[in-house]
Amino acid sequence: MIQALFFYLFAAITIASAVMVISSRNPVHSVLFLILAFVNAAGLFMLAGAEFLALLLIVVYVGAVAVLFLFVVMMLDVDFVELRQGFMQYLPIGMLVGLIFLAELLMVAGAWVFAPEATATATAPIPDPAQVSNTLALGQLLYTRYVYFFQVAGFVLLVAMIGAITLTLRHRAYVRRQNVSVQVARTRATSIEVKHVEPGRGL
Amino acid sequence: MTLGLAHYLSVAAILFTLGVLGIFLNRKNVIVILMSVELILLAVNLNLVAFSHFLGDLVGQVFALFVLTVAAAEAAIGLAILVAFFRNRGSIAVEDINVMKG
Repeated sequence: MIQALFFYLFAAITIASAVMVISSRNPVHSVLFLILAFVNAAGLFMLAGAEFLALLLIVVYVGAVAVLFLFVVMMLDVDFVELRQGFMQYLPIGMLVGLIFLAELLMVAGAWVFAPEATATATAPIPDPAQVSNTLALGQLLYTRYVYFFQVAGFVLLVAMIGAITLTLRHRAYVRRQNVSVQVARTRATSIEVKHVEPGRGL
Repeated sequence: MTLGLAHYLSVAAILFTLGVLGIFLNRKNVIVILMSVELILLAVNLNLVAFSHFLGDLVGQVFALFVLTVAAAEAAIGLAILVAFFRNRGSIAVEDINVMKG
């Protein structure tokens, strides 16, 4: 009972904040509502027993991706009001397409039944949460059977990191940079000069 | 009142539709389009986790983990392209992004 109550709470807030993400005027508000949607979706994950993924969602999305969005929104000097033109123009046909799409998806979801043998032939059955925690079970599966996929996921992140740095890095001419090899190659002869100054005359 | 798979699938379907609608309505603003893509990927993850829970199979959660990884990489690359484009053109309106005449 309390589980159903929390499910409806999380689901309602997730959907309401998703509506605000796509309809709010200010992109900063959109990002903040995106954070709210992700936190509540993490609650839904938690209710479905995926504790590790729920916390990962909070760490990765709220901690990294949403902040990244926030940085970009605040960094770009863009007239966001101008970008919203056409919103009302597209609204009627958009709502029509959306409603048809939603009705079709709900028809699929509502008529879903499992074959009786489907639950019996699980590839990796979820162990009893009282004995093996979700994180441990996921790790035992991820580091053994899916270890190559795990490595590939790491490579995807590496490529994304290198790509993002290469795309946004720029060398500006007027910025003076440290040149390590020149600094290390300095000798006494190139760095200091000894002058003999006569007393009372100056240079 | 027990929670079934249909509950989770309905929430995910609504979330997915909202994401598609967001791309449709905000077709000038690339940032909101990227956020809508994140919503769509969240809906997919919700489906995977719900199926994992109700089938008693952990592989769905492993798959959701990989979807999460790709979504994070996609957001980073997308925003980097956006910043690079803004530096070059001074605009992020979708109709200005036609250098390649696509």
